[in-house]
Order: sequence, then C-alpha cells, then structure tokens
Amino acid sequence: MSLLTVKDLSLTIGSTAILRDIDLSVDAGQILGIIGESGSGKSMTALSIMQLLPEGARLGGSIHFDGREIVGASEAEMCGLRGDDIGMVFQEPMTALNPVKTIGDQVAETVLIHSRVGKTEARRIARETLNRVGLPEAQFPLDRYPHELSGGQRQRVVIAMAIALRPRLLIADEPTTALDVTTQAQILTLLQKLVQEDGMALILITHDLAVVADVADKIAIMQRGVVVESGDTLPVFRNMQHPYSKALLEASAHVPRRTDPEVDLDAVPVLSVNNVVREYRTVRKGWFGKPGAFRAVDDVSFVVHKGENVGLVGESGCGKSTLARAIMALENTQAGSIKLDGESLNGEEGASMSARRKLQVVFQDPYGSFNPRHRVRRLVTEPFHLLGADAPQGAEREQAVAEALVNVGLLPQDADKYIHEFSGGQRQRIAIARALIIKPRLIILDEALSALDVSIRAQILDLLADLSARLHISYLFISHDLHVVRAITDRVMVMKAGRIVESGATEDVFHAPQHDYTKTLLAATPNLESALAGRG
Amino acid sequence: MSDVMPVDERGDSLWKAAFSSRSFVIGLALTGIFAVAAIISFAWVPYDPAAQDIPNKLKGFSGAHWLGTDHFGRDILSMIMVGARTSIAVALIAVGVGLVIGTPLGLAAAARRGSLLDDVIMRANDLVFAFPALLIAILITAVFGPSAVNAILAIGIFNIPVFARLARGAALSLWQREFILAARVAGKGAVRISAEHILPNILNTLVVQVTIQFSLGILAEAALAYVGLGAQPPIPSWGRMLAESQTMVSLAPHVALVPGLVIVLTVLGVNLMGDGLRDVFDPRLRRSRS
Repeated sequence: MSLLTVKDLSLTIGSTAILRDIDLSVDAGQILGIIGESGSGKSMTALSIMQLLPEGARLGGSIHFDGREIVGASEAEMCGLRGDDIGMVFQEPMTALNPVKTIGDQVAETVLIHSRVGKTEARRIARETLNRVGLPEAQFPLDRYPHELSGGQRQRVVIAMAIALRPRLLIADEPTTALDVTTQAQILTLLQKLVQEDGMALILITHDLAVVADVADKIAIMQRGVVVESGDTLPVFRNMQHPYSKALLEASAHVPRRTDPEVDLDAVPVLSVNNVVREYRTVRKGWFGKPGAFRAVDDVSFVVHKGENVGLVGESGCGKSTLARAIMALENTQAGSIKLDGESLNGEEGASMSARRKLQVVFQDPYGSFNPRHRVRRLVTEPFHLLGADAPQGAEREQAVAEALVNVGLLPQDADKYIHEFSGGQRQRIAIARALIIKPRLIILDEALSALDVSIRAQILDLLADLSARLHISYLFISHDLHVVRAITDRVMVMKAGRIVESGATEDVFHAPQHDYTKTLLAATPNLESALAGRG
Repeated sequence: MSDVMPVDERGDSLWKAAFSSRSFVIGLALTGIFAVAAIISFAWVPYDPAAQDIPNKLKGFSGAHWLGTDHFGRDILSMIMVGARTSIAVALIAVGVGLVIGTPLGLAAAARRGSLLDDVIMRANDLVFAFPALLIAILITAVFGPSAVNAILAIGIFNIPVFARLARGAALSLWQREFILAARVAGKGAVRISAEHILPNILNTLVVQVTIQFSLGILAEAALAYVGLGAQPPIPSWGRMLAESQTMVSLAPHVALVPGLVIVLTVLGVNLMGDGLRDVFDPRLRRSRS
C-alpha cells in the first residue's frame, strides 16, 4: 500500500471540468514528478490533495493518504493533516513569507500550531530545521527578516516551514522556477537529501523535463487535466508512448534549424558598446557620509555585427537588464559609449529618433507588455512614432500591419482584436510583430521566452530563427536559460557582477568553458540527456 | 491605494457590470432623482421659490404645497428643486477643477519621479493638505465676499491635491510596466505616454474618486451656505434653508427636516454609486462578491 494513492480523481469547478481520471501513487522515500504545461491541471491536482480548492469545486474519486480518505474529509481533519503530515512549498519565495515576521518566528509558528510544545521548544525545532535546510546559525540567526535573505535562501526558509514537523508527504509546486540555475541546483539537492533522511515522499511539480529526469523516481505527464503517461522515470523517458509526451520531449530539446549567417566583419557593426559603466548611488551612511556607488555595469565592451545573433547570459542581478536598458537609452551611463549602426547614443532620454529607429525590443512578460485598452493595430504600430512624418499612412499602413502580423504567423484580421483575446504565446508573437514593423537592425530580446511553455517556446524559437535568416536582423538575446541561448545564438557572452567574464562562439563556450563561473553555470543547468545517462 | 494597479482588460463590459451592482443602481437612482429635479427646475417649478406668501407660512405637507411652506410662506419643493441646481453645480465644478488641475500635476510628478518638479508639486500639495479645508474656504469667502463662485473656488482648491496624489500613485506603478518601456523605446515622450497610456489606465481609479469628492463637495457647499458664505439670497440653497429653519424646529420640524434629508440622501446616493463603481473596477473585490 502506497503512502498516497489517488484513484479516478476528477474535479469540476462550476461547470468546467478541470481534472479527469487522475491515478497517481507515491511511496515513502520516493519522488514523484508531475510534469505539464500551464493549464494542464498539475497545480490543481496538488491543491486537491491538500483540499485547498476554490469555492464551487467538486471532487470525485478517491485520495487515500496513509490509510485515510481525504476526499470528503472535514475541514478540521484537513487542518490536522496540512502542515503536520502533508507540507507544501510554493513557487514564489518572495511572497510566501510574511515580511514583518522573523524567519525563526515563521518556522516556529507552524510547529506551535500543530504540536503541543512550548515556545522555547518550538524555537529549538525551528533552529534545527533551519540548520537542516542549510541556513546555519552563525550566518542566519532566527531573528533575520525575509528581506535580508536572497531568493534561494528564502526558498530554504519556505522549505524549512514545510518540513519542520517532518511531514510524511511534501508537495513542491514549481519550487525552483523563480530561482537562478545555480540556486535551483542547490535547492533540488536539498530536497533530495531531505527525502532520503526522513523517508518522506515528495511530489515535485514542474514544467521542466530536465529537472524531473534528474531527481524523480516516478513521473506523470499531464495534459488538459488528464495524466497521459506515467511510470518509472527512465523507462518513460526512453520509451515514450503518448504523442503529447513525445511532442513535449521534442520541444524541450528543440533547436531551430539555422543556417550560418553571413556576417560582414568589416562593415560598421550594428551595435558597438565601448567601456560602458552604469553606477547607482547607494544610501549615504550617516549624516555627513559620502553616498556610496554600486556598479551595475562595469566597463563592458562588445560588438554585434549585422545578421549575427549574440547571447548575453547571467543570473539575476548580474547587470544584464541594466545593460540592455542602457543600450535602449532608457538609462544614463557614467562612462563609455554606445553606438547603433555607427550612430552614437548620448545615453540621455533624448537619443535621436534616427538612432532609436534601428533598435526594437521584446520583453519577458507577454501579459504586461501591452496597453490593455488598445487594439492590436494600434499596439503594433506604436514604433511608427519613430518615423515621424515618414510613417506610412492609410492603405500603406494597413499593409505594414498585415505584413508584420503575417511575418509572425498571425492573421491580418487579428489587427482589430484586443490583446486579452490572445494567449501568452500569441502575445509574444505580437510583441515581435511590434518590434519588426519599422524594420530595425537590432532586436533586443530580454528574457523574451522565459515566461512561455516549452512547446510555445519551441515555436517562437523557430519563428525567431526564420526571421533572422529572412530579414537579416541581429538579435541581442538576453536570458538566464542556457539551453535557449545555445539554440538561437552564434556568439555568447557570460556576465557576472556587472562584468563580462567570458565570450566566444556559442558552441566553443558550451563545449569548453574557460571561466570558472561559466563552468559552474553549465554544471548547474539541468540537462535531460546527461541526467538520463547518469541513471544508466 | 494598492501599489499594484489592476489593469482591467475588459474595457467596455465594465459599464454593463456596473449596472449589475446593486449599490451602483440604487445610488444612481437616488442621485438621479435630484439631478432630474434640478434640470426640471430650469423649465418649471410649482411656485416661484422667492415668492413670499406670509399668510400661508409654515404649512405642512398638502396638495397645494407638497413639501409645505417655510416661515415666509415660500414653497419648499420649489426651493429644494432650485437649490439642487446650486448644490450640484458647485460640487460638480469644484470636483472638475480638482480633476482637471490635479490629475495633470500628478501625472507630471510621476513622469519625472524623484526630480525637482516632483518635489515641488508634491510638497505644494502637502501644503494645501495641511490646512483645514473649511477654514480656508471661510477665509476665501471672507476676503472675496460670499458667493457661489467663491464657494466653488474654495472647494475646488482642496480637490487638487486629492487628485494629484491619486494620479501620481497610480501612475508610478504603471511607469514600471513593460508596455510603458516599449512606448519609451518607440521614442515617445513623457507627455505623450502619460496621455496615451497612463491616463486611460488610471481612469477607473479617478472616476471612483470623483464620486467621493462629489459627495464631499455637496456637503461642503451645504456647510458654507449654512454659515452664510455660499450662494446669497434670494438664490435658494439647501444649507441656508437648514440654517434659517433651525429656530423653528419645534414649531414646524418639516421645514428643517426636508432640506436635511435631501442633503443626506444625495450624499448617500453618490457614495453608493462610488462604492458600486469601486467594486466593479477592482477585480479583487469583484471576485470576492460574486
């Protein structure tokens, strides 16, 4: 008998069927990976087990946990289980902690709720648990506040809260998605260690196949509320049956077909960045102290040639976005020069229109990059502002809109729709159409694929590769995701603490990294093939 | 104000949602009654509101005088109807002054966040906020003489910082959004971005504040008129009706009761409308109520 057995689970909210015929089981000391794209119902499955469903939800089937039936259990019974026998870790470590309470109090609180121990005992347990998750007392006393910790450290606190009472089952919903790769690797190792030490069962929910391939004993692949494939990790990966799981596997390792660009090294580079420095003033220490300075971008130089795709990788806070904003002339620089197609940006708000015309940008968040009150036609034509009086009018303008939309695989009649009528992937296509419409020389893609599901990401990658080949546009591709960068770029630069520590042809850097940091980064990146190979 | 602006993606269906909100519809109906009364009064009133009829003074509700007569025998219904014109006009124009001057100031401060301009605008707002509104209103009307125009001016000035702060706060969070960055990359200036992208997205918040300030404006006008600093006789005004009748409360309570109730109901109506609108505009509230 497994610790947790889910049988024929179905869930409807209102009149919408969310889950159908879900069968899952997990044993003590086992890790079950649930994989799926957004909307596949993987989080809802977890919430069903926790009985934390929204109002109007109706559950069918059975969830058997440790000899007890959870479906239909009273709220009082569930309160006893939650936190005590079943723990849960959410995706966003920034919001999962109460900012005005110390980490010690927050961990001790879960202990106090569920067991009859005194305050001192609860704090002792909190201390011990924090030690276990890798926050030793010397650096992390109990009276630290969440804002004093980094994202990875906060996620450790969240895990500590979930495991303080040594639950039998831990559910982790995308626990590493918001974290950098090196931090992700550490958190995954920690979770594995806890499973081994406590004989706890772990349900790891993620969209990242490589993560699961690395740590899970069993996996279940979900699509539209149904488990389409499940079983032991290795056999499932080696012998995929269902067309959806095959497609998912293919998409996650997708590399668009690209021809080598004809790079003209003698021509004026599309973008040249010379010794750029961006400093922020930090808070003055004391009344008469001098304000300090923080160098977000420290003496960075590089060029992007015509038709060339260049990647810029680094973890959060390394200064890559600041650099991108400096190139877009949205940030002042303290030293150095930035030239677009030979034309200098003076770094102030008033970079000339003719220089700005050569540059467009696609941002990360497909939901935040459009004014929700305008139609697609107006959204897409926004860059025409840069052309001033030269902007096409009337039929010519319509033609340009239609062409841009068709170029990104949408229909000309989509111009009359509002942005909320489109999915995330379609929105990102519209963002690319907006960047294309004035035929720029360079498009900056700032984490442009990070918010997309793998299958959508594969499609957009194909689209980008096709566009750069057809229209001879250069990309500056900024991302923390090394796989994606590898798939689309010719050259790559690795950035750390404001400096570019390594740069070179993409394949060279990936095969033979020189700098220690690049090596760390590559080692931490989950890799499906090597993970499977490591399992025999 | 929450720091994260909910940008509503449903645009036009919001008005439909507004009409499904009970408090909005009740509020609209209440306010509507007085607005209609004010409009009708331009074409027709039962009696001349200034015409005195001393023999018929302090009469109760009757077929001839629906709401009775006051101590000069003037018809109260007619006075209420014409008084509604003053109340609504003063409150509306005063809110308009605040909205039209305050919002651009707030938008400008948000666009140049942390600059000297931001500091000057916001500190000037603090200065206006620091004085009790009614006191300054009395000062203004005392210096320039009591009149409806000066009442508008006095109430209007205190609406400016309200809208400036609201607009700045809401705009600040929008300036961080990626679609604003995209517009900046398209070379658009701060003025254009504010008008094209920021303003339409903070309109919701502003509309709700307009209803709140409107009801406060009606109260302020009544208060100024009560102390004799609003519209001057013979123009009827709700606040002055209240003031003139207070010595006769024991004799003919309805003379004080009617204008008092009218003020209460109008303010209640406008507030209900505002509540309804806020529920509709804020998706988080909307979800919890449905």
